Amino acid sequence: MKIGRRSFLSFVIGGAAGTAISPLPWKLTDDSSIWSQNWPWTPVPPDGEYSQVNSICTLCPGGCGITVRKVDNRAVKIEGMKGHPVNDGGICVMGLSGLQLLYGPTRVKTPLKRVGKRGEGKWEKISWNEAISEVTEKLAEIRAQGEPHTVGSIVNSDRGTVPNLFRRFLTAYGSPNYMTMPSMQDSYNMTMQLMQGVTAQVGFDAENADYILSFGSGIIDGWGSPVRMFKANSAWKVDGKKVVQIEPRLSNTAAKSDEWIPIKPGTEAALALGIANVVIMESLYDKENIDSQFGFDAFKELVLNGYSVEKVSNITGIKSATIVSLAKNFAQASNPLAICGKGQGSTPGSLNEFVAVHALNALVGNINKNGGVWALSDTDYIKWPEFDLDSIAENGMQKERIDGAGSEYPHAKSLLNRLPEVINSGDGFLEAIFVADANPLYSMPDSKAIKEAFDSIPFIVSFSSYMDETASNADLILPNHVYLERYEDVPTPVGLQKNIIGLAKPVVKPQFNTKNVGDSLILIAKALGGSVANAFPWDSYDACLEETLGSKWDLLEENRFWSDSNSKVVTGEFNFYPDAMKSLTNFSPVSIEGSTISFPLVLIPYDSIRLANGYIGNPPFVIKTVEDTVLKGKTACVEINPKSAKEFGLTEGRSAILHTPRGKAKVKIHLYEGIMPGLVALARGLGHTAYDKYLTDKGCNLNELIGMTEDPVSGLDAAWGIRARLTKV
Amino acid sequence: MSPQDDKAKEVSADGAAGPIILFFIIGLAASLVFGWVIFPKLLYSQKKQPLDFNHILHVEAVEEGCESCHFFREDGSFSGIPKLAQCVECHEDVQGEDPNEVKFVEEYVTNGREVPWLVYARQPDCVFFSHAAHVKKAEMDCGTCHGHIGESEHSRVYEENRITGYSRDIWGKNISGLKEHTWERMKMDDCAECHATKELKTDVETLPWPINWLPRPYEKQSGNQARVKTVKEACFVCHK
Ligand code: SF4
Repeated sequence: MKIGRRSFLSFVIGGAAGTAISPLPWKLTDDSSIWSQNWPWTPVPPDGEYSQVNSICTLCPGGCGITVRKVDNRAVKIEGMKGHPVNDGGICVMGLSGLQLLYGPTRVKTPLKRVGKRGEGKWEKISWNEAISEVTEKLAEIRAQGEPHTVGSIVNSDRGTVPNLFRRFLTAYGSPNYMTMPSMQDSYNMTMQLMQGVTAQVGFDAENADYILSFGSGIIDGWGSPVRMFKANSAWKVDGKKVVQIEPRLSNTAAKSDEWIPIKPGTEAALALGIANVVIMESLYDKENIDSQFGFDAFKELVLNGYSVEKVSNITGIKSATIVSLAKNFAQASNPLAICGKGQGSTPGSLNEFVAVHALNALVGNINKNGGVWALSDTDYIKWPEFDLDSIAENGMQKERIDGAGSEYPHAKSLLNRLPEVINSGDGFLEAIFVADANPLYSMPDSKAIKEAFDSIPFIVSFSSYMDETASNADLILPNHVYLERYEDVPTPVGLQKNIIGLAKPVVKPQFNTKNVGDSLILIAKALGGSVANAFPWDSYDACLEETLGSKWDLLEENRFWSDSNSKVVTGEFNFYPDAMKSLTNFSPVSIEGSTISFPLVLIPYDSIRLANGYIGNPPFVIKTVEDTVLKGKTACVEINPKSAKEFGLTEGRSAILHTPRGKAKVKIHLYEGIMPGLVALARGLGHTAYDKYLTDKGCNLNELIGMTEDPVSGLDAAWGIRARLTKV
Repeated sequence: MSPQDDKAKEVSADGAAGPIILFFIIGLAASLVFGWVIFPKLLYSQKKQPLDFNHILHVEAVEEGCESCHFFREDGSFSGIPKLAQCVECHEDVQGEDPNEVKFVEEYVTNGREVPWLVYARQPDCVFFSHAAHVKKAEMDCGTCHGHIGESEHSRVYEENRITGYSRDIWGKNISGLKEHTWERMKMDDCAECHATKELKTDVETLPWPINWLPRPYEKQSGNQARVKTVKEACFVCHK
């Protein structure tokens, strides 16, 4: 038999057929894929002992409990903590990516002193001793000149021990200029003051509400305590409770709501009053309690005369029938709840909106009721010993605040939004400023103006853990531990209806040469000596914290949170006080900057759960989740209705320049049916110029394009947008 | 081509058909033998356990069955293969005459060295598996996944995949990947067999909820049960 070419071929074919029906190829495919997973350079956590540490996430004001898995000393995964009253096991994408903020490249690893020009990025590494004495010398010098009130500080909020240590420090030093980053909480607090006559935090019993009327609040876009709101929203869906979303753009929240009502932006307060009009006219309000309230007659008159359904329909662009049915549905629900604070609530917004919405809640009798709005007195756990002021401090404390809070605007506590104008117009000046847990140069509207104001402050000290925009423009950085490396108390999260205190604790040892900001402050105070040192009797921040929490400490150490089972509800009567009414009379929508002729469009910001826009910037994992209709390559996209786009000859994906009276930026056009014609929307949280290469230069910063509008009653920033123009390139 | 040529070709094709089929069959048979018989032999190396362990003898001697040695720690985690310290509780000195026992005491106990047992069921690092959830909550038998190992007199040969480094037990003894019993394979698909299909619900103990003022709104009474079938979050249940 001759073995020819054909025989050989048939042998091969037979072999191939046999191989295909043997396990060999399939098994080898599987094994080789497993083999490739075990290549030595594939990153896997080292082998070691597993453990779990519970703590609190402080990346946003949400206050979620977290459980961090560790392998030996390395944290490898962050999960939501089961059984925590805020998030019960849930977590958001930011919280999940927290490890990148711990181990990522953007951290400031040691105290730094600027050697080049401001913002040039040239730093000299210095020791902690040098850093503390640099600050102390400068502060002592300012004090010696009798100018202590020219030192200011900016922190993220005014609750908790760290902000209070700053306040105490400035008071003992002699400056009233303790400022906080603005948010909707400022407006809510003021509303409580003006309508209930009390100092209270606002809480929403969202879980028990059955009809939610949201005036642009991004319920699933990061408003309030984000994970809690996500869960509440899912529960509403399961139970068939109704959510009505009122806003000019179809946000994620609007898309998931039962009813989306597009409204002309900036007219939300008018709508609330229009609804109030129907509720009163139809006698659907809680007559028994409301009729007797102080000032109700005036309110009634104002609403009945000034806010007829037709008029409100004209102002807001919403059909009269819709307003009437909204009012009826709201008033007839068993536990209706109206909320406001646009998007994530990171801007204070106009006071009349908050007052009008609170009045709606009061009309249907849901204040301090199940499923309603609660006025809570903050858990009063920070009780530090009194201290004496020396004469320099006393003099300093008698000076008026630079931002006009408490004087020009008697109800306001802090008006950081006014700082740029006061400094830039030469009406006031600061010799030094401390910035902690805040990034005003990025996250305050009108960034150029605030940058200009900062440029004229001779001494800027940042306590940031990251090289953010403010830190990179500072003279000295005293880096704080990141949240997974330090102890910290976390007061009741925004909008929770009862009081809790959380305790964040170190999950891992500090990775670099950093120091808890509380410790830095104590060291500076001690180095300054005299009455300033006397105000800080503690050896360390941790000792101060333990003493402050007193008998709650042990429970907090064990559970990570302490719940105030008899959370105090502030009993301040709901009333229509004149100051509140003042914000409602002569209502005209908050006007925005720019002429209609040169800027035919209106730019509005929007928030997304995938974009952090506060002190913390997006870590790499989170920036990867941003859709390409928000950020395309390195260019931000703006949303515009196809109708408007056609008018200006713009097409999908096209590059354009977005001009506003405050600045301009290159953008890409994204046609979106879900936005009202005449508007352009841009996401907040893009366009960083600092941090790491994963975040820098991606898109443009909305705050550079938008300005500020002072609310006539609160003094807070009420801007909701700005006029704009898009030109093709 | 002319008609004659065609004819010639047919004839020659006919003539060669026999050997061609034969070679096809030889090729087929050879590759089948290689794939089914020789390949598995080449793929796995055979390793002996450091000591020959008699499960039957031990089960008889202890009081609480498997759990006497493979127990749950106080925090709910599973101890797995006993550590030396545990064995020493009984085996401080040589008991009986078994050479394995002598070797154990002399080589390991006396020197305080852990026995480097080869773990038949070891899974890759990327898999999170809770014994407590399966054994305590779902009340599954050890044998469902581990088979009749508790009834063995001798330690089996440990076969290690030369490419992946994992035990043959994961893919299963049968090289085709087929199995007759649940414990014959431990790949992801085998986990998924229950997790993708079984609707079965079991009561789970919820964590104490210390806050009387805030009901657990998102976990309804019916939600106090765990589904075996994983849905949206499926990947993260095991790949943390
Ligand atoms: S919602 Fe806020 S607190 Fe909660 S996990 Fe996310 S970032 Fe952290």
